Amino acid sequence: METLYSLEPSLTATNHLRIDGVSKSYFTPKGIHVVLEDINLSVQNGEFVCIIGHSGCGKSTLLNMVAGFTRPSCGEISLYGVPIRRPGPERMMVFQNYALLPWLTAYQNIELAVKSVYPHKPSHWRRQVVEEHLELVGLTEAAHKRPAQLSGGMKQRVAIARALAVCPEVLLLDEPFGALDAITKEELQDELLKIWQNHKLTVLMITHDIDEALYLADRVVMMTNGPAARIGEILEVPFPRPRMRAQLFENPQYCRLRNRVMDFLYGG
Amino acid sequence: MAKSDSIFLQLVSKRQSRWLKRLQDLPLRKVVAGSVGAFCFLAVWQLVCMVGLLKLPTPIRVISDTWELIINPFYRGSGNDVGLGWQILSSLRRVAIGFSLAAMIGVGLGMVIGSSRLLYEAVDPILQVLRPVPPLAWLPISLAAMRDNEPAAIFVIFITAIWPIIINTIVGVQQIPQDYKNVARMLRLSRKDYFFNVLVPATVPYVFTGLRIGIGLSWLAIVAAEMLIGGVGIGFFIWDAWNSSLISEIIVALIYVGLVGLVLDRSVAFVGRLLSPGDE
Repeated sequence: METLYSLEPSLTATNHLRIDGVSKSYFTPKGIHVVLEDINLSVQNGEFVCIIGHSGCGKSTLLNMVAGFTRPSCGEISLYGVPIRRPGPERMMVFQNYALLPWLTAYQNIELAVKSVYPHKPSHWRRQVVEEHLELVGLTEAAHKRPAQLSGGMKQRVAIARALAVCPEVLLLDEPFGALDAITKEELQDELLKIWQNHKLTVLMITHDIDEALYLADRVVMMTNGPAARIGEILEVPFPRPRMRAQLFENPQYCRLRNRVMDFLYGG
Repeated sequence: MAKSDSIFLQLVSKRQSRWLKRLQDLPLRKVVAGSVGAFCFLAVWQLVCMVGLLKLPTPIRVISDTWELIINPFYRGSGNDVGLGWQILSSLRRVAIGFSLAAMIGVGLGMVIGSSRLLYEAVDPILQVLRPVPPLAWLPISLAAMRDNEPAAIFVIFITAIWPIIINTIVGVQQIPQDYKNVARMLRLSRKDYFFNVLVPATVPYVFTGLRIGIGLSWLAIVAAEMLIGGVGIGFFIWDAWNSSLISEIIVALIYVGLVGLVLDRSVAFVGRLLSPGDE
């Protein structure tokens, strides 16, 4: 009842990110390997969308195409109607393994991003932006530590701060909390939600954690198994915000949604 | 002295004193072990030569034969007749010129080749064939190319050292994690920013591995090359001593060569550690 099949992209003005009939295939010695087939999805301004699916189903391939690291074999991905052809700072990605430069401190990692995206802004402006974002993720104290001196959760905070510091239109998260322990994971999920609400961000996030998807997302996109993975079903998550984790888990509707995802992923 | 040491030890914190103690203990053990090892080596050498197993001067004989040579490293006679210090310095000068050229050109080429798959595939077979050529095999070619002993010796150093430097730099550039490249593409880093913030720090450890192998090979090559080209230099000194049957002098020169080689290797390693981005 809460679900609807929205395989047909609608053409409203708030359409922000559009994935239109996108397929991706690779040439291998054994022939053409189709990873993704006919993906259609439109994400609205300020929406939080989670993509869930088994590993190897092509979720990361899809996100990499939105980021512009790879190009679709057919179809088109566009942001505000402009086709995406290459990576850019308006679509910042947060990687599962953080992708911080190990020889730069937390501060320098963020500063490099800000400097590169806003080369003509004065240096005191840049310093302020970097400091604001370090504060945003609670890392003012650790500003001058190198990634190796930080815990996994702190590293991911730096990576999130780096992504946000350049004011992206869309935040792309590739299983950002997959390598973190349960407690750190919940902390970061809450922080991410807070930042998302305050910054009015559009978020596209990959996860294989059902609870994470249902806690964070407005819509959960469920992918079928590869090869030739498609969008199987899109689930609306109707819970009002701010969401309380403990209350949510006791909500019978939450359990229904959860079972529904479980059935999709593991059922027949 | 001992008393002031102990007061000092009481003053520093427990943790620091443990650290200090380790620092004090370790070199002492190493010095003792090293001395015992060296003594045993000399004793075996002395015995083997006294028994007549090897027709070489004993260590004691070496020192008494060459005392003049050892205490006057910067003696200046006529022509090639100069002290061991001068001989070493002129060999070092050749290595310094040849190795510096190899380092500059090798690192530059390595970065360019490593950045392009097509270029790498084009150059790789050449590198694989030229790399194992022994240093001395280059000497006739470089004599033919340079027509003069001095530049020929330097060219041998250059051509010997450049292969490991190029190859290690290439590997360093190629191993830059895809994630770093993706971040750079996403931020649209300028060439300059990419070079200084990603390429160079990511490749420095590999470059220095190459430089270390290169300096070792240079020092191996210069001794052999100088034997053939003559003039002032530790290589020719050894050859000259052999021709005059001054075996003790050869042995002293060998020890000098070994020590200088060690210092060269450690200096390059030290500079490499200084420049390596700390990600400990």
